Amino acid sequence: MNDAELDRIFKALGDPTRRRILDRLRERPKQSLFEICAQLFAEDGMALSRQAITQHLDMLQKAGLVRVVWSGRTKMHSLDPGPLREAVNLWLRNHL
Amino acid sequence: MRIYVTSVFVDDQTKALDFYTRVLGFKLKNDVPVGEHRWLTVVSPENPEGTELLLEPGDHPAVQPYKAALLEDGIPATSFQVDDIDSEYARLRSLGVTFTQKPMDAGTVRMAVLDDTCGNLIQLIQMKVD
Repeated sequence: MNDAELDRIFKALGDPTRRRILDRLRERPKQSLFEICAQLFAEDGMALSRQAITQHLDMLQKAGLVRVVWSGRTKMHSLDPGPLREAVNLWLRNHL
Repeated sequence: MRIYVTSVFVDDQTKALDFYTRVLGFKLKNDVPVGEHRWLTVVSPENPEGTELLLEPGDHPAVQPYKAALLEDGIPATSFQVDDIDSEYARLRSLGVTFTQKPMDAGTVRMAVLDDTCGNLIQLIQMKVD
């Protein structure tokens, strides 16, 4: 993992909506965009547009923290904690 | 003015009629030949004089891209209300229905999303009682 990849992870984490999306995906993997929006609105009181959440998901995906698999013709999002663990081991742990 | 009918675009009317009646449990209301297609509506057995659901042919060129985009993002084409979503979920799963979303709490409702096998997602909603 290089600095650019670490940058993408820490940038992706630097936003409360994106952290909440990761929390929700850990509780319930394989969620569609619709389900993520519904949860953020109903359970977390975050009324964001679908476009805004799509952009947040893009950043999380580019950082490798969210993986997409297709269920039929629907895109399902899941958390991938692998890059987070790597970031901890590579850099964060030195300061803990 | 009243809403007497609402519609979903279905890939195949015969297949849709089977799914919406035999699987979901609606009743056939109107089946009128219109050219190569049918004016095909179903109603809820709980409210046979209520709003009809039109199983509308989806062969207009705008329909497929519209449906594909909704399907990709998991967005339901329409929404039906049930009294007990968890028992409906179990009943429909036993009939082989695919859900893109298992029942979950969402504020004042509990909701799930299923695949109608005709190119649409359908939301089921149970209103929570206080």
